[in-house]
Amino acid sequence: MEILVCARRVPDTSENEIELNAAGNDIERDDLVYSINEPDNYAVEEALQIVERAGGNVTVATVGGEDDEEILRREMAMGAKNGVLISDDAFSGSDGKGIATILKAFVEKNHFDLILTGVQAEDAGAQVGGMLAAMLDYPFASLVNAIEVLDGGKLKISREIEGGNKEMNEIDLPCVLSIQTGINEPRYVGMRGIRQVASVPIPTLGAADLGVEGAVGGAAAKVKRVDYFAPPLGKGAEMLGGSREEIIDKLIEMLKAKGGLK
Amino acid sequence: MPRIFAYIVHKGGVPDDSAAELPAAAKKIDAAQSPTAVVTGWGADLDAACETLRASYGEVWKIANEGLAYPNAELVRKALVKVLPQGSVLLLPHAHFGVDLSPGLSIKMNAAFVSDVLDIEGAEGMSLKLVRQEFGGQVSTHVRCDISSGAVINIRPGAFKPLEGAPAGGVLVDKSSAAGELTARRRYLETVAAEAGAVDITKYKVLVSVGRGIEEADNVPLAQDLADALGGAVSCSRPVVDAKWMEKSRQVGSSGQTVKPKVYMACGISGSFQHLAGIKGNPFMVAINKNPKAPIFRVADVGIVDDILEFFPELTSKIREN
Repeated sequence: MEILVCARRVPDTSENEIELNAAGNDIERDDLVYSINEPDNYAVEEALQIVERAGGNVTVATVGGEDDEEILRREMAMGAKNGVLISDDAFSGSDGKGIATILKAFVEKNHFDLILTGVQAEDAGAQVGGMLAAMLDYPFASLVNAIEVLDGGKLKISREIEGGNKEMNEIDLPCVLSIQTGINEPRYVGMRGIRQVASVPIPTLGAADLGVEGAVGGAAAKVKRVDYFAPPLGKGAEMLGGSREEIIDKLIEMLKAKGGLK
Repeated sequence: MPRIFAYIVHKGGVPDDSAAELPAAAKKIDAAQSPTAVVTGWGADLDAACETLRASYGEVWKIANEGLAYPNAELVRKALVKVLPQGSVLLLPHAHFGVDLSPGLSIKMNAAFVSDVLDIEGAEGMSLKLVRQEFGGQVSTHVRCDISSGAVINIRPGAFKPLEGAPAGGVLVDKSSAAGELTARRRYLETVAAEAGAVDITKYKVLVSVGRGIEEADNVPLAQDLADALGGAVSCSRPVVDAKWMEKSRQVGSSGQTVKPKVYMACGISGSFQHLAGIKGNPFMVAINKNPKAPIFRVADVGIVDDILEFFPELTSKIREN
């Protein structure tokens, strides 16, 4: 099975506290640690496990800039055969539909049986997978937390729905699935693995290669982020100050009063 | 201004809470119109849901089809594309069904799409100004959305307070024939209920809930010791389950358990809305987090900025001394 995983490099929220910049119009991007979007990493692991069972190859593609090549190498070190960087100044300002348009053009120049995305990026809207599927006229399922390959060009999949319940579906290939975190245990990637793929060429494709000039980028976007701002504080917690010992004494009194401690 | 529709999620004949919230969102797009409910399904459940909705919507569009007895997003999409007028604005709740349906629907309607909207700051001509959050609620953003060819907007559950108002006495309009024949390449098989765990966290009055801040499975006993001292149980947020440090049955949130404790201690938990959606009954909430800007401090009653791995053992031993 030929599998494409669409991945992104994003600020890593387990490594960074995301704050506003001094001008208040963007997040503070200096010194941010970036990594592959977490659900995308689960998607790559899932693709690798499917290929281990059913044969085939995994290609990881990202729409982004030069720096984003680092996540492609990381995922190639995990076992993806190909990495493709889709990059062009003309892509800047694209909304979700713009990104899906770019990926559609890439998919149509290749042959994939299955396309995986992460369910969501923390700075985006859980949208590109479903849009890409609709543009290609492929079936789609979101929040997928188990995949079984069936005979006859079909998959049996489980979707995560409310209350920890699972919605089981059968879906025809080719299809697009958005992968939920926790579906598997992504394998570890060491520096050595990354060095081993350091010299593997990664092709870069631009707007002209894909024939999407004019259809993407800021001018074509119907949805645009205008600014960032500090979220409203809400009622806000009463913050306990003092030494840890003092805080613990206060907390114990509160827990007694609220029935958390006899 | 385009006509506004609210897609109603319902189960067992009962509309979801979002059915009361979407009209409030619609009002912020266009105060002059009241939205039309659009409901898909089959049989008595669909009829019951429509009957309930007539009390709060001026017009209810019903799409009955046996294939829609279970809301398969691909079938629902095909029905909506046929039934909704071109250029409509459709509102849905941002939950698992909306995530499944809306992005693809927006493409087929040639409409704009925005997910997980918390507020609507009005319209200038055909441009809406919307509020979203990014990075797990650490920052908010304004988003401009051009609705001149329609829009699909997923609204965060709970973000809009239901409107107060007199019963609407809505008109029921049957649109079933317009939806026509429906077939899908994704077929619903069954729903598998969540597995019960060894500990039922919904039964406890005190929960010590841990998030990514617990750092590794080997640290979970620190939380268990504290829970034991308090006579409570340990629950957790999603990243802890994803990392396989605790069982899924311990997870609090929209994709996990819904709990109603008296005291909820959110420890090393940032406080995503999906997590908070699983906490009901307005418990006394204590948040402990290393990050003083963690979103959890906006909703907790009491906040403590500290490392839970150091804080837990000291709190536990002090409680035991008492």
